[in-house]
Amino acid sequence: MKKLLLVLVSFVLVLGLGACKKANEDIVFNWNIGADPATLDPSLNGASDGGDVINQTFEGLVREINGVVQPGIAESWEVSGDGRTVTFHLRESNWSDGTPLTADDFVYAWKRGMDPATASEYSWIWEYTNVVGANDAVYNGGSLDDVGITAIDDYTFEVQLINPTAYFVSLMAFYHFMPVKQSAVEAAGGEDGLWAKDPELVVSNGPFVLTEYNIGEGLVLERNPEYWNADVVGIDVIQGKFIDDESTAYAAYNAGDLDFIPSVPSAEVPILIAESDEFYVFPLLGTYYYSFNMDKDGDGVNEGYDQDGLFSNATLRTALSMSIDREAICEAAGAGQVPAAGFVPPGFLDNEGNDFFLTAGTYGVAADDSAYAAAVTLFAQAASELGMTVAALQAELETQELLYNTSEGHQMIAEMVQEMWASNLGFTMPLANQEWAVFQDTRSAGDFEIARGGWLTDYMDPSGLLSIFGSTNSYNDPNYYNAAFDTLLAESQATTDAAVHFDKLYAAQEMFIGDMPIIPIYHYTDTMLVKDYVEGWARSVLGSVDFSQATINK
Amino acid sequence: MRSYYVKRFFSAIFTILIIATITFFLMRMIPGGPFTRERQVPDEILAALNARYNLDDPLFIQYLNYMKGLVTFDLGPSFRILGYSVNDLIREGFPTSAKIGILATILIVSVGIPVGIISALKQNSPIDYFVMFMATLGVTLPSFVIATFIIYFFAGQLGWIPSNGLNSPLAYIGPTIALSGYSLSFVARLTRSSMLEVLRQDYVRTARANGISEFKVIGKHALKNALIPVITYIGPMIAAILTGSFVIEKVFALPGMGGYFVESVTNRDYTVIIGMTVFYAAFYIIMVFLVDIAYSMIDPRIKLSS
Repeated sequence: MKKLLLVLVSFVLVLGLGACKKANEDIVFNWNIGADPATLDPSLNGASDGGDVINQTFEGLVREINGVVQPGIAESWEVSGDGRTVTFHLRESNWSDGTPLTADDFVYAWKRGMDPATASEYSWIWEYTNVVGANDAVYNGGSLDDVGITAIDDYTFEVQLINPTAYFVSLMAFYHFMPVKQSAVEAAGGEDGLWAKDPELVVSNGPFVLTEYNIGEGLVLERNPEYWNADVVGIDVIQGKFIDDESTAYAAYNAGDLDFIPSVPSAEVPILIAESDEFYVFPLLGTYYYSFNMDKDGDGVNEGYDQDGLFSNATLRTALSMSIDREAICEAAGAGQVPAAGFVPPGFLDNEGNDFFLTAGTYGVAADDSAYAAAVTLFAQAASELGMTVAALQAELETQELLYNTSEGHQMIAEMVQEMWASNLGFTMPLANQEWAVFQDTRSAGDFEIARGGWLTDYMDPSGLLSIFGSTNSYNDPNYYNAAFDTLLAESQATTDAAVHFDKLYAAQEMFIGDMPIIPIYHYTDTMLVKDYVEGWARSVLGSVDFSQATINK
Repeated sequence: MRSYYVKRFFSAIFTILIIATITFFLMRMIPGGPFTRERQVPDEILAALNARYNLDDPLFIQYLNYMKGLVTFDLGPSFRILGYSVNDLIREGFPTSAKIGILATILIVSVGIPVGIISALKQNSPIDYFVMFMATLGVTLPSFVIATFIIYFFAGQLGWIPSNGLNSPLAYIGPTIALSGYSLSFVARLTRSSMLEVLRQDYVRTARANGISEFKVIGKHALKNALIPVITYIGPMIAAILTGSFVIEKVFALPGMGGYFVESVTNRDYTVIIGMTVFYAAFYIIMVFLVDIAYSMIDPRIKLSS
């Protein structure tokens, strides 16, 4: 026993020696990134955790800070009269290895991103850029040489678009469009984006540069002296942690080991909202909803009851949507979510500077239970349209299924909806849940009656949400096929007139909610907990954090 | 004797190949794939991704290629953690899991067995009742409850130990206790009941009647036989504990390999699933083999032969 004790003591001592920390006067910022990112290569990344790190280590043409697009590597840019040519004037800047960064680096990075041989899972984003030839290159094996991007000279970068695209410049802040250096990407041992995780190989151009990476544990970023705007960078070292468990991260935050955590245990949210001035709730540009399956027989046409079942009936869909107390659901979900009447969340400004969400209004979809009586009337009307009695309709609804992917949060909301329908419309729809990859398969195969959905926009325009319900869009889960809606979307994209653009989008959402192919539930929010001594941190409206100008004032 | 070892060796290889095969085909039968995302990847891009990882070959060809790699200890690339192979993940994660696992095993053996013996010798005394109460508690409390409690109370409220990671010696305390809780209690109970049974045997009575000191009776004669069921349990337990626990590593934010056992299934990261399963299976088989050798050393009546 004594020997054992001796072994234990010496073991502990050895560990202790290794863990001694050296004195450090650098300004150190402790950040919980969350899960260990799959990759830190801008062109390959497809996840928000990786995107958050890349936003610190790379700099795109522009940088979006708190909703304002600021010059990044592009000093200035101009859009041609027809809206189809965008010319970026790059500043003279360096990579972290001291070599100059030129327009060719953008051309290389972009073509690499869209090249099917790179197999970037986010290459579909090119579809939304409207860059000439990009869609062909990504989807149809088109040549990369035909893509409309050109390095006119070292510091002039020109992009050809098939349509005027109002949000194009703001989209350039997104990680997929950041430059990468060819020699770093192709360095031996850096295959599959590994170069971006290897401190020996990584070359970047952002405020910080990676100096340490430990799988499953964390990473270290240090100030990049070659960053063009290095003067504004206030932090010397970022200690990034990969703590996946929210309770653990929360305990570490309270113990003072972390200065910034991206999410907190949901049980803590109500207390934090009420009591903490370190807790932030931001709108997240997306919507939680349920899709009705409007094409049950899967033939690509919305037909009547005989072919496509109950949810072919618009009156029934509306009655069900109106029989939901969204405020109660938001309160139960408890993170400051906003009840959704339409599909476009708060946060998008239209051509007159008004919030799209507020201007669009509620289309008679009440946030609380005030439309319940109207819903009952509609429900009876739906029954007669379907040629059945109310009792028969109720009985048939009890044979349908509400499907969600397995999670406590989704289950709670599904149960609330089930209860609301039961109390107001008199039927209890069975609930079903599937493990999420299985659920995805089921949903995209159209093998459901009602299924949960969620969508976040990728760019700062309401079309980033509405366009997923276009007839040919692969995310059109309700299988909503409406040519008039498609036309409105196409018209909104084809115009250079911002007023027309937004008019068409308002009309499109109104038509969409009039048809009610989905039940909008709420608009997402994003929460974070930040020590009060961290100053100058920012967040892009699309949800990426930005520490380029942050500092610590203890 | 040697032919026995050879036979065991080949049956172990055979078992591992069967396990790899079953895992390979079972995982492919589940809907979804490694590139199933919250946002569905368009078909054309999915095709490019599948081509990149040779997932577009016929299933049987993929199986043959995988098995070819497996026999040369090449477990293939992870589909989710870009640029890393399964070998990398094990090489990076196993040392952390093993460190905690070894500490937990030491704790389990050095506390569980003595406590079980004392409890058996003092049967129906207050000590016995207390030990059995604690052991029942330890067996029934799930490890995540113990882990969360340790973090909340000792790290969060009292600040005695770090809340995450393994950057100081104190940081090992929480994970070790949480990881050993169940097995420690189980070993204590097992030792106690097995000891009680042995103490009732005739040869123990004979030894006592011959006037051998109580210390010798317990230490030399009773303990050896009482430990056989305990060793049977501890062998495979070591394999399980050293390869990491999903819950413990997640709660304490440890960079071990335990998380891969669960995450790889959710992610449909096929190669990681098979790699982890095979690694654990090989470990398990080795431990069972060591247990058999230990039997023959403790009890001369047990002979290793086919």
